[in-house]
This record gives sequence, structure tokens and C-alpha cells, in this order.
Amino acid sequence: MSLIDTVPAAISSPEAEQPYAALGLKDDEYAKIREILGRRPTSSELAMYSVMWSEHCSYKSSKVHLRQFGEKVPANASEVLLIGMGENAGVVDVGNGLAVTFKIESHNHPSYVEPHQGAATGVGGIVRDILTMGARPIAVMDPLRFGAPDHPDTGRLIRGIVEGIGSYGNCLGLPNIGGEVVFDPSYNTNPLVNALCVGVLPADGIQLAKADGPGNKVVLFGSRTGGDGIGGASVLASATFDEDKPSRRPAVQMGDPFAEKLLIECCMEIFAERLVVGIQDLGAAGLSCATTELAAAGTGGMDVDLDLAPLRDPTLVPEEILMSESQERMMAVVTPANLDRFVELCHKWGVTATVIGTVTDTGRLVMRWHGETIVDVPPRTLAHDGPVYDRPYARPEWQDALQADTPDRLARPATGDELKQTLLTMVASPNLASKRWVWEQYDRYVMGNTVLAMPEDAGILRLDETTSTGIALATDGNGRFAKLDPYAGAQLALAEAYRNVSVTGGRPIAATDCLNFGSPEDPDVMWQFAEATRGLADACQTLGTVITGGNVSFYNQTGSTPINPTPVVGVLGLVEDVRRRTRAGFRNAGDRLLLIGETRDELGGSEWAWTVHEHLGGLPPRVDLAAEQALGAAMVDASNGGLVTSAHDLSDGGLAQVLVESCLRHRLGARVTLPGDPFVALFSESTARALVTVPAGDDRLTSLLADRAIPYAEIGVVTTGESLDLGVFAVPLDELNEVYEGTLPRLFAHR
Amino acid sequence: MKVGVVTFPGSLDDADAARAVRLAGGEAVALWHGDADLHGVDAVVLPGGFSYGDYLRCGAIARFAKVMPVIVDAARDGMPVLGICNGFQILCESHLLPGALVRNDHRTFNCLDQRVRIETASTPWTSGYTAGDQIVIPLKNGEGGYVADLRTLDALESQGRVVARYVGRNPNGSYRDIAGICNEAGNVVGLMPHPEHAIEDLTGPSTDGLAFFTSVLKGLVSA
Repeated sequence: MSLIDTVPAAISSPEAEQPYAALGLKDDEYAKIREILGRRPTSSELAMYSVMWSEHCSYKSSKVHLRQFGEKVPANASEVLLIGMGENAGVVDVGNGLAVTFKIESHNHPSYVEPHQGAATGVGGIVRDILTMGARPIAVMDPLRFGAPDHPDTGRLIRGIVEGIGSYGNCLGLPNIGGEVVFDPSYNTNPLVNALCVGVLPADGIQLAKADGPGNKVVLFGSRTGGDGIGGASVLASATFDEDKPSRRPAVQMGDPFAEKLLIECCMEIFAERLVVGIQDLGAAGLSCATTELAAAGTGGMDVDLDLAPLRDPTLVPEEILMSESQERMMAVVTPANLDRFVELCHKWGVTATVIGTVTDTGRLVMRWHGETIVDVPPRTLAHDGPVYDRPYARPEWQDALQADTPDRLARPATGDELKQTLLTMVASPNLASKRWVWEQYDRYVMGNTVLAMPEDAGILRLDETTSTGIALATDGNGRFAKLDPYAGAQLALAEAYRNVSVTGGRPIAATDCLNFGSPEDPDVMWQFAEATRGLADACQTLGTVITGGNVSFYNQTGSTPINPTPVVGVLGLVEDVRRRTRAGFRNAGDRLLLIGETRDELGGSEWAWTVHEHLGGLPPRVDLAAEQALGAAMVDASNGGLVTSAHDLSDGGLAQVLVESCLRHRLGARVTLPGDPFVALFSESTARALVTVPAGDDRLTSLLADRAIPYAEIGVVTTGESLDLGVFAVPLDELNEVYEGTLPRLFAHR
Repeated sequence: MKVGVVTFPGSLDDADAARAVRLAGGEAVALWHGDADLHGVDAVVLPGGFSYGDYLRCGAIARFAKVMPVIVDAARDGMPVLGICNGFQILCESHLLPGALVRNDHRTFNCLDQRVRIETASTPWTSGYTAGDQIVIPLKNGEGGYVADLRTLDALESQGRVVARYVGRNPNGSYRDIAGICNEAGNVVGLMPHPEHAIEDLTGPSTDGLAFFTSVLKGLVSA
């Protein structure tokens, strides 16, 4: 007797009990599956629907809001966009026959359960998304968020996560060129591990995930399928952590960066010879996702002999094979004529390749297990026609009180001594202190095209050694701002990334987003999500940075407490000539300091309010997209024209932080006259500002700013002195350096 | 002059090494781990990376690659060979160089701009430097601690075979601050830091590394 649940068995036993609830499906979802199939699903089909209709894979709670990104399209989008949202990653045209693809994704839940492997496979997954588009991956970035530095679990998480990202990215040979490290108690037991990858490809070499052409072969290649990560991202990332549930460790995937490196090199040769009709990586929902998405986007049908899939563990049953999220696997559709060459190239790189199926025009995805039919479904119903929920949302009743609790009541430092003490406290705080301990664990040099990396405002990569064209990338997010006002908070994340890219000389053209939120079943959280997506879509339209793709991560909460809503935005900019990039950090004594932009008394949600008073209330800084655009354009022109000797965007920690970082970079002092109230001047986090240096006697930038009516103030000079002299007080650079560099190693280094 | 750069499965800095050869004025020739032919090159670079994933001892599998016996023979006949990082590990595993590279004493992978002192200019890879020159080039590894027994260390010192030494903080626990060594003949050099990442102002901390490549090319021309 067969132990395998087959289609005939499903027809003959309609009333068999099925564990759909344990697989995360709701009653009505299960009923819908029965309706689609006209019978009960087989256990294999049930496994496939459960992972494909999970929140992570189906975007069922977010879809109705994400549509805005397709509706509010910036005017310039048609010029830059080659592939938009919906494919594995968006693709933009960067000229000279080249295209760039980039995307950010989350791997939050697995990284809490198993920090090293969770973070490592987060890198591996996003790299495969980029590879799948036909691109060579050329860099990664990792925005990370952890709980309070003194929370008992933070050390385990940051050490494991940073090591995991490093071990995977370093072994893969991808430079890590930026990201963020943020601490906030709202991320206690819910770390956010977001990973961005960027790749480059010939503009006419885009690959798509579609199984076209009846008779073409379906090839599974890369690592063998194992028992790791069964239902990993799809189930794990689609539910809340509860303390009384058993450990979810078996659901975390295990990474093998060496296998992925071989897969990359193998795919590069396969793409160069144009050997595939369509290609898809196996990420969340593994084989279930790859087969259904390929079939749904192509001719429409596929026959698969599932027992041909090479296994790492021969005891796996079909349901497990279909749900496994084993890493470093890809699926390609290849014409019979190209098959031998395809397999030959796989062999060259030591990559296992197995034909497991054929494209058909039946409109059905049919899978067999040793000859018996175990799956017979319309692929679209899994890939595209999943449930869509317009979940209830409402402005939280605590929102008004939160916004009314402004930082105005907080005691402010007044004397020189108090200001100095405040500055030292801020610089030493884990959020503002040097992140060197983190980024020194990542290879930033490999590939030899890294023009800027940490601790610069944005990463810059050279794309072409002969033309020196390049791209700039930055990621930003601020959960505190988004908590105070999610609409503005999402816009501020975009504005900061936009500013970071433009101060280095990159002209922003596109964006990707990773939306990290609590449970969508909580109307408060759903309101935050709705507001954030609306804000981001509006701002992207205004700033001309089309969203090319991204990822939603819900259920970032423990019990009933969600994380601060945290939209993280990555912005891509074009750099005409990377040799003209602008770097942060004072370089020449005698250069004049210009503070560009307007400083207002804006301390709601600021680093000062949090670090000094543990206060979060009021409103975030005002969003001024017109000012951001003007500043951005001026900075790009200044960079191209060689008008500035350094530039640094102002954000967390305000002017004080930027002065400290700029002095410490090359050990040069500064003498500064603070405009207006010294406290506000130093610690306000007003947006659309940058600190730049220009050579003495060079008025080209000031006239450019004056011509464009961009406000600026000349606030001092760079000195050879050993201190940062702010008039009201001075601090020796040695003292600043000690607190700035000492914090993270003291907290987290292995002893 | 042709300089071969070997690609093993998992090599990462092969394109960088080839670029360095080109910028130094040479012709870079790609050599494949499974091809026991040096294709007429005059010198060989074993680049950095994680050959075979380095899941086993670093370099332990690469030394058995088909191309390696040919390289070992050529090295014994005097061909200049430079192993950088993983390449240094492979040279040690191949017994072309003594000692071994072990996990950094602080246990983390580190990527730094490292100050290094060139200790001898009498190898084909360092002839363009003057002994005592201090250079800043990237160092990036998880297993870069150079170890050897006392007799070997003393022999390296007395025979002038320590090619480069870390200056300032020892970044990985290497015995006697050793960053690079050579064989008795001097033609085989192993180096933990990465000169191929310091060849352009735009992408490196300096251009201090370029002389490793110009040195060997100049030596080949005059030979």
C-alpha cells in the first residue's frame, strides 16, 4: 500500500482530515483550495498552497497597499525602468548598454532563531534574486536593527548576525559597501536583518522567470534538497514568536556560500551563451514557488517527476521536498537543443544539474512521485490568485497622546560644560558611535570596484573601468520617526537615503523598500503600514525615485508588542564619473565649513531625546521634499564640478555628530561658530541639510547656492588643531575618538 | 610578459590580481585549476578567496588541484610565484613554503587597511621596494595568523626570508608579526595582506601594492 497521498486517493477520500490549520491556513482559505480543485487537495498540494499562500509569499495583507507603487509612478520612471515590481528584482537602465538590478529583503525571523545561519542565508537569498535577473551580483549592504544594547540577548544576536553576513558575503566575494546598525528596545527579541544586493547586466540580457515553450526541459541545479528550512521563511516569517511554542530551529535554512559562488559563476557562463528560456531561484517556498511561478508566467503547464530531485536526505517525503527551503538551488527552463551545453557548463563548475520536468500547454502543473500523480493544480492559483485581505486598520488611540508629548518639556543643556557632556554622551551612545567593529568584519575591497564604502554616507561602485561610470547606493530607516508619524517616517527614510546618495555625487533614480512591521492582524499596525506605504509612494513620485521592488516583513512582534514600524529604503543613484565622487571627512586645514539647509528646533524622535532622556514623543522633523531635491541637485553638481572637498549628510545626532565624524576621519580639527541657539544648532535633526567643505577663497559653491536660493551658513574652518572647537566649548580629538571608537568593541567584541 | 592567475573554485580575488598585472604593464593569463598547463606564463599568482569554501583547512583541497603539480615544478625551477591570502595558505599546504596560517587570535574575520614593512627587497616580487619601506595595503582574512615551529621561525629570520611584517598592532596573532615569507630561493612568496587591492587611488587605501607586480615584470624583462 502506498503511503503517499495521490490525486486518485484525494478523489476517493474527500472527507479525510487534513492538517491545514497547523500549516497556517485559515478555514476559508482551505475551503477556497477545495473549490479551486473541485476536491480535497492531496497532502502535497496542501503543502504547496500553505507555503504559497503564506503572508511572506503571497503578500496577502499588503497587496492592496503596495498597488500604490504601481499607480503613483514618477514621471521619469519610463526612462529608467526596464523591469518593475513583480519580477525577482527590478531592473533600471544606467546607459552605455548596461542595466542595474537591486533589491532589499528581510530575513528577520530566521535570524532571531539562529543568528549566524539566518543572516547568512538572508544574504544568499537576495543574491540569488539578483542573479536570477541575469546579472552578476556586485555588492551587498545590510541594514541591521537590534534590541537595547544591554538586553541579555543582544550580544548573541549581533555577534551571530554580523558574523553570518560576513561569512556568507566574504566567501561569496561580494563587497559589503554599506548599511546601518541601529539599537532600540522595540527590537528586543525581534532583530531586523535586511539585506540588499545589487547586480549589473547587459541591458539586453535580462532573464525572466517563465516556463515558455512546450517540450522545453525544466532543470533543477545547484545544491541538493535537504530537510533544512522546511517552511522557513514562508511559515516562520508569517507568524509571531510566542514564548510557549517549541523551538523553530529546524525551520531555519543552512547556508553554503561556496555552493552559491559556483552557482554564480556557472550562471554567468550560461547567461553569456544565452542558454535559458527562463530561470527562477529557489527561495521562500522552494520548489513549490519555483515551479508554480515559472509555469504561471509561461506557457502555463509543467510536468514534473518530483522523485528525480536530488536529495541530501533520502528519507524526505514529497511534502517536505516541496516545502524545503534548502539554499543555493535554481531552476531553469532550457530547450532540448541547449541542454547538453547547459549541463556541460554546470559540470565545469561542479554544479549538480538534473532534468526533473517538461513545459506543457495543459495549463496544469502536474507532479508525479514514482509514477503516481501527487499534484495536479492550475499554477496561477498558487502563484498569483492567493487570498487578498483588506485588513481593518485605524489610527491607534494612543497616537494623539504620543504626538502631544513633545520634547519641549525635556531639560536642555545650557552651559558650555553641559553641552560638551551631552555631546560626549551622544557620541558614545551605541547608535551614534563608530560601527567599525561591524564593518571591519566585511570585505569591502573584493572585485576592485569599490569607490566608497563604510563609513561613507553611501557606497559607490565603479561599473566600467574605461568610462568610469558608476552607481551610488544608500539605505536608511528610522523606526522612531515612523512610530511618531508613519506617513512622514517612511518619507524621511527615503529622503535620508536620497540625500546620502546625492552628497556623494550620485543622482538618485530608483528605490527599493523593505517594510518591517508588526502583525497585520493588529489594526494599529495595519494603520502604520497603510500610512507608511502611502507616504513612501507619494514621496517616491515627487522625488523621481521609482520603487523597483522590495519586500514586506510582518509579524515582527513578540506577544502583543510590535516593533517600531520600520520602513527601510534603499536608493540607487547614477554617478557619471566615479573619480569625481565626494567623500565625507575633512581633508585640508583651511577649508571653510558650509552648513547647507535650514535648521529648525526639531527634536521629536531625535537621537538626543532618546539617548539623554529615553523620550520618544512629539512629531518627527518636517519633510520638505522640494528642499531635498534642491539640495540633492546642488550636491551632484558640486561633486561633478569639483566644488567641494568633502560633504556629509546631516541626520541622526544632527550637526554635532557630523562635525565629530568629519574631524576624526583624517584627524583634523575644526573651529566653528554655531549659528543661533547652540543646543538646537548642534542636535536638531532638521532634514535637507549637509555639511560641506570648500577651499578658502573658492566661491563657486556659495554662488551656486545663492543662485538657486538654497540657504546656507558659513560656520567655520578646518584646522590642524587637535580639537573640535565650538566656541561655547572645545573637545580634544583624542577624547572624541576614544568614546566614538570604544563603544561597540566594549559592548560586543569577543573577549 | 605573461603572468598567470589561477582560478580555483571559490577563488575571489582572481579578477583583482589580473587587473593588477595589467595595470603594472603585464599580460594577465587566466589559468584554470583543472588544467595542468601553465600556457607559457612567466610567473604565477595564486589569488585570495575561499578555495573549495575553505570548509576544511584553508588551501588543503586546492593543493590537490590538477594545476598544482605543474606550479610546484615550475616554482622549484625558479619561476616567480606569489600567493596572496588564500594563495599563501595553498603554498603552505603545498609545502612550497613552511609553516601554516591559523584562525585569527581574536576569532573574527577582519578587513583593515594594514601598515606593513617590507623586510627584504631581494625577491622578484619585492625588488621594486627598499627594505624598510612601510606600505599600507588591505588585509582581510579570518585565518591569517602565521605559525611555525621555533626552528623554522629562526631559520626564516636568519636567512632573510621574512618578506613583510605587520607594523603597529599585530592584526591576527601572527608569530613575530610575520605578514609574508619566501622560500629559500626567494622566488616563491606568500603574503597575507592584499597588494592587488592597493593599485589605484580610486579603489584602494593607496597604490603601495602595485610594486609587487611591477617588480616581477621588471625582473622578467631583464632576466
